[in-house]
Amino acid sequence: MPIRDLIQGPIRWLEGSAPKNDRVLSTRIRLARNVAGVRFVGKALPGELEGLRERAFESAGQVSSFRGAAKVRMEELPLLDRQFLLERHLVSHDLTGEAQARGLVLDPEEKLSLLVNEEDHLRIQALYPGFQLEEAFERARIADQELESKLQYAIHPELGYLTACPTNVGTGMRASVLVHLPGLVLSQRIKKILTGIQQVGLTVRGFYGEGSEVVGNFFQISNQVTLGESEEETLGKLEQAIGQLLEWENRSQEGLLRDAGLQVEDKILRALGTLKYSRLLGSQELIGLLSAVRFGHTLGMRNVPSIAVLNDLLLKGQPAHLQRIAGREMSSEERNAFRAARVQKALGVEDVPSLQG
Amino acid sequence: MRCQQCSNAEATVHLKEVTDGKLRELHLCETCANEKGFHPVIEQNKLSIATQFIWMAENLYPETSSKVGAVQCSACGLRYSQFSRVGRVGCPECYDAFQPQLQKILLRVHGATKHKGRLPVDPSAAPTMTGTLGGPESPAGGSTGGTTTKTREGGPASAQPAESAPADLSALTPEQVAAHVRELEEKLRRAVETEAYEDAARIRDEIRRLRGGAE
Repeated sequence: MPIRDLIQGPIRWLEGSAPKNDRVLSTRIRLARNVAGVRFVGKALPGELEGLRERAFESAGQVSSFRGAAKVRMEELPLLDRQFLLERHLVSHDLTGEAQARGLVLDPEEKLSLLVNEEDHLRIQALYPGFQLEEAFERARIADQELESKLQYAIHPELGYLTACPTNVGTGMRASVLVHLPGLVLSQRIKKILTGIQQVGLTVRGFYGEGSEVVGNFFQISNQVTLGESEEETLGKLEQAIGQLLEWENRSQEGLLRDAGLQVEDKILRALGTLKYSRLLGSQELIGLLSAVRFGHTLGMRNVPSIAVLNDLLLKGQPAHLQRIAGREMSSEERNAFRAARVQKALGVEDVPSLQG
Repeated sequence: MRCQQCSNAEATVHLKEVTDGKLRELHLCETCANEKGFHPVIEQNKLSIATQFIWMAENLYPETSSKVGAVQCSACGLRYSQFSRVGRVGCPECYDAFQPQLQKILLRVHGATKHKGRLPVDPSAAPTMTGTLGGPESPAGGSTGGTTTKTREGGPASAQPAESAPADLSALTPEQVAAHVRELEEKLRRAVETEAYEDAARIRDEIRRLRGGAE
């Protein structure tokens, strides 16, 4: 399956019917693994990584988890397509760079992927819509178990799965949940709460993971600790923390509705108005506006676009997605105009006044 | 003070290194230090979480960092100083080569030093981690891939002939040697903990010799 086919269908990992999907955008489990007898990526000898990539592709081809999966050699992909995969949250910043022999194996539903020669030899990644820690972990665990029968992993009797970075050693597992917390942001309680989250061994990142900024009130919460606790314990802790976070978010929302209901409603309606009627929409601006409308959805407002539509716009409004849809490269201003038009179309707005004939 | 390496520039990087139980001091200019893999200048904003933790650990134990910078993994050739700059180790054996330092980092990051969780189901895939790594400079291919820690070799300050094995070593069974090595490793751990680095270097050399003899 060529990567360009991805643009056609719905975005599976963001499908509209997932649990708690108005508040939780996605759940991701990533298992870092390295193959015994090969140096880690940063110190590998010339040719070693190419060989490893072929072995990884071959092994993935033999296991049922990756049946029908696409195999991509990153250097063969145009820059725009790599950007596209990044926007799709399928690869990290790291994998889009110009490093050697990187690869991606991607199942047709986009829920399971294998990232090759990123920071570690292998990263098995399960990406699920909404709040589905158990389901995502199960998917990654099975793929891991299947691959371990084909490739011998680097294991240490004391330290468990060995990784290039000591922050991942042990389980090699990073579980992340992308949550939408507009109530806590608006009520200005977010800072205090996120500080608390960090004190219990969890980390907070932005929309695109490590090193990225917080946009549109989306926060990625993930475990910091990978050594000394089992996968189940880590997932349990995260599950509990997210549950607590969502409860605080609920309380903030109730407080906001009670104390400033009209202002909140006004903010949401203005965002919807801008989405429906504008000529130029920036990508960051779009994420902010979609966040406000999503908030309306969570609050139970009627006549707001569905979560499925909002999710679709969230991803497909990004620069590389837009250019893929358009089938050509565009300047920033062209993109902003195209983005505004796409949003209007998705929201069913037909009577947009125009200077052009 | 002039750089000991090139004698041209002012020495601005001062390092301590323990080799075969002897403490040596190195005074280098920035260029020579860079060539040797000692980078005193780090762009703070480029630090990953890992390197931040490493810095925290090293700032807590400043004595450690100057001396262990030259410790090198015998399997892939990575020096501790290089690891602390990029925050990533080079191969599975680095975890043993840098064990005393990593122990502190792991404690700070995870609050633990022992894995608890899944391992591969297939027992034959269990703790063989060595595989067929080459030595520091050799291309891939089946040289030893041991797990000993050693200081940088070949540099002007550290090239020293290895001590010969004691006569009674051959009288010991491999099991006895292994038991003795374990004892020494425990001593080494305590020596590092109490920051008795000259003792630690001596014990480490002893371990290396025993392992060499046992192979």
